[in-house]
Amino acid sequence: MARKRTGTGIYGKQGITGWLFTAPMIIVLGLFLFVPILMALYVSMTDWNGNGSPFTGGNAGFVGLENYTSLFTEEGLTRRTFMQSLGNTFYYVLLVVPLQTASALLLALVVNSNIRGKSFFRTAFYFPAVTSSIAISTVFLFLFSNTGAVNRFLGLVGIDGPQWFSDSRGTLHLLLGAVGVPDDPSWAQGEIFGRSLWEWLSGPSVALCVIVVLAVWTTTGTFMLLFLAALQDLPVEVDEAAALDGVSAWQKFRLITLPMLKPALFLVTTLGLIGTWQVFDQIYVMGKGAPAGTTMTPAFLSYATSFRSLDYGSGAAMAFIVFLIIIVLTFLQRRLLAEDREPRRRRRGVSTAPVAATTAAAGRGSDLVGAAPQTGGERR
Amino acid sequence: MTRTTPAPATRPVAPSAPAAPVRRRPGRPGPGRALAYALLIVVALLYLYPFFIQIAASFKDDPQAAAAPLSWPDPVDLTAWRRILGIDGGDSSVPIGTWLTNSVFITTVVTAARVFLDSLAGYALSRMHFRGRGFLFATVLAVMSVPGVALLIPKFLIVTQLGIFDTYQAMILPLLVDAAGVFIMKQFFDTIPVSIEEAARIDGAGSFRIFWSVVLPMSKPALITLTILSFQGSWNEFSHFLVTTQSPEYRTLVTGLASLTSGELGSGTQFPLKMGAALLTTIPVAVLFFSFQRYFVRGASEGGVKG
Repeated sequence: MARKRTGTGIYGKQGITGWLFTAPMIIVLGLFLFVPILMALYVSMTDWNGNGSPFTGGNAGFVGLENYTSLFTEEGLTRRTFMQSLGNTFYYVLLVVPLQTASALLLALVVNSNIRGKSFFRTAFYFPAVTSSIAISTVFLFLFSNTGAVNRFLGLVGIDGPQWFSDSRGTLHLLLGAVGVPDDPSWAQGEIFGRSLWEWLSGPSVALCVIVVLAVWTTTGTFMLLFLAALQDLPVEVDEAAALDGVSAWQKFRLITLPMLKPALFLVTTLGLIGTWQVFDQIYVMGKGAPAGTTMTPAFLSYATSFRSLDYGSGAAMAFIVFLIIIVLTFLQRRLLAEDREPRRRRRGVSTAPVAATTAAAGRGSDLVGAAPQTGGERR
Repeated sequence: MTRTTPAPATRPVAPSAPAAPVRRRPGRPGPGRALAYALLIVVALLYLYPFFIQIAASFKDDPQAAAAPLSWPDPVDLTAWRRILGIDGGDSSVPIGTWLTNSVFITTVVTAARVFLDSLAGYALSRMHFRGRGFLFATVLAVMSVPGVALLIPKFLIVTQLGIFDTYQAMILPLLVDAAGVFIMKQFFDTIPVSIEEAARIDGAGSFRIFWSVVLPMSKPALITLTILSFQGSWNEFSHFLVTTQSPEYRTLVTGLASLTSGELGSGTQFPLKMGAALLTTIPVAVLFFSFQRYFVRGASEGGVKG
């Protein structure tokens, strides 16, 4: 023992042991993450159609960046569908992120106030986030079916509910129609990336709105927990000072609580942004892009292009574009968050780790983010 | 479902902070609180009623589920559950028994492996001094931000190249370690004082011995967290199985339910059957969620004192 200490200290053998302990991780992540990503990167530059191996025997012709550029420049169905999926996601993000953030904040503020049954409400709101996205989507298919619960409720107040999942009408089109804009007007004929301006202006279809509701419903609980953790981190002194100064509840919220929640707000919006680009399971169950492609998302289109249309090159290219978008959003979030946290006091500093865990978990799908905030938020 | 909610999950109060503050200003019980309760109750209904509808529908026959989706079943019809549970000789088009067996098998293996391997790697990254550690940890962080949806084609490519497409190996091997779990364990080990391990080391215990008999027993809260996360993650896993298998015999509850719901199995809406299958998929995670919440929070506060 004594001899070891003269070398690299009591940590002498740790070089080998360290690598031994991490070897399973290195092998699994290397073999099933790094290598395959490189493989897919290569495939995204080929015209492989699924026959044989793309890496041997001339099964796949090398086409360079064509799969990427043609998504933006080459006229045809692929570009049209890809652009439509981007348009859908744009409206989806525009609705889901503000709605989930606002409702999560509102619920957190109310749950955090002096009320009974806090844990009951917290559990109820959070529960959907831990369950299978496939199971929840199945339930929503039933709720929004033609004779389902939602249309029954609408019927009670005299509204004839739509056929949610087969209604491809854009809600913005419906809205414009209601204020007297004619259908497909002449001023909206200009083409942008293969779709007319009018098509871009469709707004989310009725069917996509159901998925928006589903997303807000399942994610609000998770984000509420993040806000709750942040609210309970707020220094008590400020609260007491505000009470002594006799500010109104609204003033307190606007001038004290909201500014101090800025990091949490920021975290939630970026997590939301990242999550909304990853919608896949729900689309698979709820119509695979139907009706008329109005629920198609880039993530699902990448899957469908590869595994259904057997155009693996193009599908992989789409996947990398989504990848790139999410990576940019993640790094943006991490950097801004780091800047924001820098000057904060000790208590803040500690909570960086769980935040990072949550962020990362969110990047890997909604299922994991479910439990992550508890992990980080509560341990301290 | 929520009735089983355990004791209040109060957050540990930071030692420096005095007693938890009462946010409400004294002498103002007023309309604000009534409004708060009203809001919470309405939202709680929005969250619980769908589950009620789901449970109720699974006890109806198809016409009743369509005609009366809002109410409790009248009369109660067990056809869907008989099919799900395989009474009457089972149903070859919806082999839920096979799905359940696959789910249990895969979840057990993946959870056990993740808890062990993630801790092992997390411990090394937290404690051991070896060249490349910083790089490894940075890589783990980077891996965590790789979105799952970008990995569908890569995963398909690697399992076909390895010749294990459409096997249990393809379903299980890529899930054995996950970067987020390694990260969680590393963060936890960072909070445990080194002195105990050094005492053991001076007594001549080897690294694995120390990890196994000294460190792991102290790490219960984090291990439970990791178990819950791994169980939930692998039980709910969908897209990975979608691209690494194709034979019906490898369907799990989740992928089986997805094929049932998206209309690949049989015709008709079959909502009672779908609701029952979805319920069966939800129950294990629900039980875990509700029963471990208390332990989870207690463990978390213990960890908090140490941190």
